[in-house]
Amino acid sequence: MQFKKVLGLEVPCGPGGMTTVSLLQTIQEEYGYLPEEVLQKAAEETGFSLTDLYSIATFYKSFSLVPRGRHRIVACTGTACHVRGSDSVIEEISRVLNVKKNSTSEDGEYSLECVNCMGACALGPLVVVDGCHHGRMTPAGVRLLFTEDKEKEEAKAGTAGLEK
Amino acid sequence: MGVLPAKLKTSADFYNFRKKAIDQYECNRCYLAVCGDTGCAALGSGDIREHLREYLRENNLSERIGIKYTGCLGLCERGPVIIVYPQEIFYQKVSPQDIPEIINKTVLGGEIVDRLLYKDPASGEKYVYARDIPFYTKQLRKLLAANWQLDPESIDDYVALEGYSAAVKALTEMTPGEVVEEIGQAGLRGRGGAGFPTAVKWGECLEAGGRKFIICNADEGDPGAFMDRSLLEGNPHSVLEGMIIGGYAVGAAEGIFYIRAEYPSAVEKVKKAVERAEELGLIGEDILGSGFNFQVYISTGAGAFVCGETTALVASMEGRVGEPRQKPPHLIEKGYLNRPTVINNVETLANVPLIIREGAQEYCRTGTERSKGTKVFSLVGKVNNTGLVEVPLGMTLREIIFEIGGGVKEGKEFKAVQTGGPSGGCLPSSLLDLPADYEDLSAAGSMMGSGGMIVMDEDTCMVDVAGYFLRFLSEESCGRCFTCREGIARLLEIIEDISSGRGSMEQLDLLQELAVVIKDSTMCGLGQTAPNPVLSTLKYFADEYRAHILDKRCPAGVCRELVTFKIDEELCTGCGACRKNCPVDAIEGDKNEPHVIDINKCLKCGICLSACRFDAIRKE
Amino acid sequence: MITFTMNGLEVTVEEGTTLLEAARFYGIDIPTLCYNEGLSVYGACRLCLVEIGPPGRSRLYSSCTYLAAEGLIVRTHSERVIRARKMIIELYLALCPSSKTIQDLAARYGITRVRFKPKYEDCLQCGLCVRMCEEQMQAKAISFVGRGVDRRVGTPFDRQSDQCRQCGACMYICPVCQARCQGPQEENPVCGACLNLSPPCLDKHEDVMCYLDPCVACELEGETD
Repeated sequence: MQFKKVLGLEVPCGPGGMTTVSLLQTIQEEYGYLPEEVLQKAAEETGFSLTDLYSIATFYKSFSLVPRGRHRIVACTGTACHVRGSDSVIEEISRVLNVKKNSTSEDGEYSLECVNCMGACALGPLVVVDGCHHGRMTPAGVRLLFTEDKEKEEAKAGTAGLEK
Repeated sequence: MGVLPAKLKTSADFYNFRKKAIDQYECNRCYLAVCGDTGCAALGSGDIREHLREYLRENNLSERIGIKYTGCLGLCERGPVIIVYPQEIFYQKVSPQDIPEIINKTVLGGEIVDRLLYKDPASGEKYVYARDIPFYTKQLRKLLAANWQLDPESIDDYVALEGYSAAVKALTEMTPGEVVEEIGQAGLRGRGGAGFPTAVKWGECLEAGGRKFIICNADEGDPGAFMDRSLLEGNPHSVLEGMIIGGYAVGAAEGIFYIRAEYPSAVEKVKKAVERAEELGLIGEDILGSGFNFQVYISTGAGAFVCGETTALVASMEGRVGEPRQKPPHLIEKGYLNRPTVINNVETLANVPLIIREGAQEYCRTGTERSKGTKVFSLVGKVNNTGLVEVPLGMTLREIIFEIGGGVKEGKEFKAVQTGGPSGGCLPSSLLDLPADYEDLSAAGSMMGSGGMIVMDEDTCMVDVAGYFLRFLSEESCGRCFTCREGIARLLEIIEDISSGRGSMEQLDLLQELAVVIKDSTMCGLGQTAPNPVLSTLKYFADEYRAHILDKRCPAGVCRELVTFKIDEELCTGCGACRKNCPVDAIEGDKNEPHVIDINKCLKCGICLSACRFDAIRKE
Repeated sequence: MITFTMNGLEVTVEEGTTLLEAARFYGIDIPTLCYNEGLSVYGACRLCLVEIGPPGRSRLYSSCTYLAAEGLIVRTHSERVIRARKMIIELYLALCPSSKTIQDLAARYGITRVRFKPKYEDCLQCGLCVRMCEEQMQAKAISFVGRGVDRRVGTPFDRQSDQCRQCGACMYICPVCQARCQGPQEENPVCGACLNLSPPCLDKHEDVMCYLDPCVACELEGETD
């Protein structure tokens, strides 16, 4: 596979050369999201129009124009999860962590992404927290998971403080 | 641990290599197949593998007992799953603590660990061998069989199991025309949904001149469908081999995998497979002296369901917004980079080596008159044996759901099965004897689609399901065609009115009228099939719509605005679990006394229901 | 040259002609919203649908994006086409009742009721402005942003674009901006006022003298009376 250097990043090229999509994917991989000034610089350097880059960045769901939260929660909304009650699970996550669907909480702690099927339908409703799968979730399970999580965090923060 | 890293230059080289690969494979018949597919991995199969490796090393058994971290073994419901070879003993719900016992008792001692065996939910019978489990006996696993037997990252394993022999045969013994002919005789039809004859596509492309492309569409976006991912993760070489044969048949020197962004591990597996095949000389210049050159690229999607539509897929690969365009011109005339392009689905390509290897005649023995071969379905939802099943085309829905799937969970009543993803439809129990093939499913108002099969029971509201798909499509539509963007939004508006009890019978007629127009007047496949979930539920579950409109009642108890939560005084023990969990303090009651829900405060979130251990909370 | 059948007539056009161009050349009126001769074709408004294919195996296609081909059987005003077109206009009317273009279209197709909740949006997403800005003004200051129901026309990061010269071409070509209709009420999005007007000429003359609607000359004449 061939690469082209843009802003010091290696952008993979297909048979048709470098595309806007692969450029954005590479930027997102590097920064975790698509920062405005990086897009502007990338547009200048490559000759792609910023208008196109922005249009494409907002069209595809995997691109984010804002930084993600420190903890990334991915909730599956596939059909199998839906018929097993994923809606109330997601609502409960929103309520417990005070984070809206497909956005990041104000304190930047949690981001809640809803995706269409992760292909682990046997585990539905499925919630993935920082890469860790939690299958067969219920609203009560959410409370258990996150209130515990928060307490643990707080406890950890507490001990860390003591060690200092 | 490759046997022969040197490049293969002739078909004789390949057969030598294969012989060595087979010898090596035969020497290592004693191994544990640990399912590494997403379902089992999420349940901790990665941990199991690590523990297993550690345990074998500590006990100096690494030489004698192998581990294969395989693709999907099928029965996801019972994950993590391990199959002990050579006997094929099936262990389910395995945890790291079970490893010493499995090794010492089963592998070394030849005994069975009874508690890890699969117990049939219907008959209560226990099964020792994978091949005896009803879930597997009723299937015909032609594509998936290899998933049990090979490490997806090992090209040696694949070659030992007859892999790449079809590609070698095609490249060195057949002309491109003969390959197309063979595929045509096998009657292979696209497995991505529409069921277009693959040979017709290939034949047209073969006739076109100049630079051409073959693309593997791995943008599997249907929620509840994961066949393609499992094939790519479990046996990537089979798809790659299909692509090489396809490239040769249509005269394309460049092949591209377009893989969905949500499948990072499939991307990894395919990348490795391509690297291995390149090292071996099965991809590159003048493959095995045949004069055929073939390069493979990998392109990843960026998260858009509509890019499964072929013209949108091409737009996305060219770095544009994934909006479909009008066909004609077809991709055979004007595809990727305006060159003739063939796009095949993952499963279609995986069928190709099979056909070349066993011959069209043999292949045709499976399936129906017009739908040949097998189809992989992902059987999910409210079904006992959730998992990946492969059956001959034309098997009835009843056989798939009840005999293989083991029927509906918790003994509830079957209500519907949804096939074909968001473009498909919901079929009622009266159609359970319908054969699952292209024509019959379409005639019933659904479609084959890529093969998702979602089982719904009495607790599923069909109005809610229709709304679910519309919501999905309203977000996933590219938004270009007015009828699709605005039409779906209006369908959803009406469905929401109905599910909240504000609907009227006139709106029901409007729903039907609008759905037909959207189907008729939108440019691409997404919009043309978008009303299917509405039309099929209107057709088969009109009663439910009427109950919502006329009686203001949701029979399944799903539509929130039409249900109320109540606590059964008889059953309530007053434990307080519901009260403590209620986010809005809508539940009151003294300890050990029956509790009461304040309907005015209640959000109907259902937390109390899932928190109650005494089944005392009811939805009415 | 390409010969095909349109509404039962055999017609001949040059290669590369779209069905919409062919129909207009032969005097057949097909309504459009996203089409403009000076811009690339877009195929998004779906008003220019025509039925293509022999009866029983026909399908609807947008005529602006479909190139005339030898032997095609095209029907521009079949029952199926009209049914779809009427529903589409009803959807437009519910979305954007304040556009005179849409109200006129509705009047022409006899749409007298709207069964959807009126939205009073200002954009039909016909994409004329986006193509105008890029193709004629070479500015590319605006584009579509987002997708599906959330799709809209905008600038990068919703800020004043450096590329925008404020030429106003986008507003000039917009079917909503260019002519507003003040007729529709909050509850009923159908204006219908134009529909009820008889051609003003007939008050003065025995024949309709011109096709201007409304006719400025007649109106002025009326004022001086």
